[in-house]
Amino acid sequence: MGMTITEKILAKHAGRDRVTPGENVWVDVDILLTHDVTGPGTISIFKKEFGEKAKIWDNDKVVVIPDHYIFTEDQHAKRNVEFLRSFAHEQDIENFYDVGTPRYKGVCHVALPEEGFARPGEVLFGTDSHTCTAGAFGEFATGIGNTDAAFILGTGKLWVKIPSTARFVFDGEMPDYLMAKDLILKIIGDIGVDGASYQAMEFAGDAVQSLNIEERMTLCNMVIEAGGKNGVIAPDDRTVEYVKARSRKAFTPVQNDTDAVFASERKYDASKLRPMVAKPHSPENAEPAENLSDVKVDQVYIGSCTGGKLTDFIAAARILNGRKTAVDTFIVPATTDVAKGLLEKKIDGKPLRTIFEEAGCRIGNATCGACLGGPDDTFGRLNGEEICVSTTNRNFPGRMGSKKSQVFLASPLTAAATAVTGKITDPRKYLA
Amino acid sequence: MTITGRVYVVGDNVDTDQIIPARHLVYNTHSPEERKLFGKYAMSGVPDEESGLPNGGIKFVNEGSYESEFYIVVGGKNFGCGSSREHAPLALQVAGVKAVIAQSYARIFYRNSVDGGFLMPLESVDNIHKSFSTGDHAVIDLGNNSITNSTTGESFNLRSLGDAADIVNAGGIFSYARKIGMIKAVVSANV
Ligand code: SF4
Repeated sequence: MGMTITEKILAKHAGRDRVTPGENVWVDVDILLTHDVTGPGTISIFKKEFGEKAKIWDNDKVVVIPDHYIFTEDQHAKRNVEFLRSFAHEQDIENFYDVGTPRYKGVCHVALPEEGFARPGEVLFGTDSHTCTAGAFGEFATGIGNTDAAFILGTGKLWVKIPSTARFVFDGEMPDYLMAKDLILKIIGDIGVDGASYQAMEFAGDAVQSLNIEERMTLCNMVIEAGGKNGVIAPDDRTVEYVKARSRKAFTPVQNDTDAVFASERKYDASKLRPMVAKPHSPENAEPAENLSDVKVDQVYIGSCTGGKLTDFIAAARILNGRKTAVDTFIVPATTDVAKGLLEKKIDGKPLRTIFEEAGCRIGNATCGACLGGPDDTFGRLNGEEICVSTTNRNFPGRMGSKKSQVFLASPLTAAATAVTGKITDPRKYLA
Repeated sequence: MTITGRVYVVGDNVDTDQIIPARHLVYNTHSPEERKLFGKYAMSGVPDEESGLPNGGIKFVNEGSYESEFYIVVGGKNFGCGSSREHAPLALQVAGVKAVIAQSYARIFYRNSVDGGFLMPLESVDNIHKSFSTGDHAVIDLGNNSITNSTTGESFNLRSLGDAADIVNAGGIFSYARKIGMIKAVVSANV
């Protein structure tokens, strides 16, 4: 009986020939990622358990990317970054992307692959639930808490329960009005927010392989919203090319055995799907955008690790080019590289940034921003009873600020079309 | 071993932003003064109408207080979904919670509760949150894997902790790793 990609990676990192879903194994960790919200707590636990003078297991394998509460006057938030700074200094952590320096990057899940730390076949843990994003590179990547991360800092190991793999196959051609966000919202709508609890979710099929790397990241980013442990996409030439251009390290792509056993398989025809929206207050409240055309909105937010990559802004600009926004529209690039891309990438000779400015959008700095609400002075935060269409990944009560606000999740295309009309709008309206 | 106390009842899919809203994540978990704030704001993100079911509108932690009068939280399925923030089980622990009973958990919350030794995440066999009213008195019998609603007299089965029991009983991943000799080996290898 063969193994899946996830099983093969975990078996190798546990020093075993094979593993079976359900068993617990200790695995060796290739990369530990942390940021400003969960990093300080992790460091405190590490010091408490291993001693004030303890050294981390491998300073080359720890990546520290402050991104959450950066452009705020909140003193606690500033102190947390300072905490990371002194730890990075003390432990000689070179992979620290400090705030206020040219190295500052922004949202960790997008910055991590940009900097070459997401590699096929590896095991990545991060103190953030969306660490699963990196499954797009054919690696095992999942989120953990501070205690587990502190354990890794001291030992380089962690126990994992081997997940079974649920497979989602998208065949057919991706229509140009559809994005990865629509696919994942469709899945979560079908299986529910706990539909893949404790499982690996593998995405396959022609439509998935046709997606660029950033779109694949969007798919894997939201597996956690279905309760999944990790997302995975079999690495192909596109993956290898992307990683080779960025990583300093060699890597070995891992594929499913031909007789690998999957816990379940769902098939979709991508060419038949419609743009999807998740209504408040759960990502599983999926509904085709065209059914919600009477919902008036107050704000549109395009950003985050899910919907703030260059691909997302290119999509939004396709619609906003030459049009005006009818409601407050916030553009928040995930990373400084994406922000640079807004200046460099052009449509009809116009940089994306110019297109957004002419449309009347407000453009912010590279950070998590209002995706998780954050301190009161956060750019784009919902402070009252606003109704917002957002390209982020969660619409739980109060996720983007006020408990009274309402968030509809959508693709950047749908978000941009909505910005133009002020009502939830199927992007096909503007994509002839 | 038993755990007794009054219960606070919530529904399905209580996420980590409800358990501890993101704006409060900035406090230092290791400063005694600031740590108390996690207790103060525990469950403060739950919408009012779902705060303390069946009627709602019941504060988990009273105004001006840092601890809850409820030691047991009863929820439905997928408790603790959302972010990986360990501040969630920590906030419940600081507020005084000893156990959560839910039909199922989001895995990171479950793992954090166990590995950090914050509280017991116990699974009920059935979705039992509708059989409790906030304020009811309950007794959890860990030997028998059951919870009894002393107010109504009804009892319900809980699942056994399974392979998490070793870590729960040790009090978290660090004590467990010391017990099996794993950490000691690592520390001495470093010197
Ligand atoms: S952008 Fe949002 S979802 Fe992504 S890491 Fe930041 S807060 Fe989390």
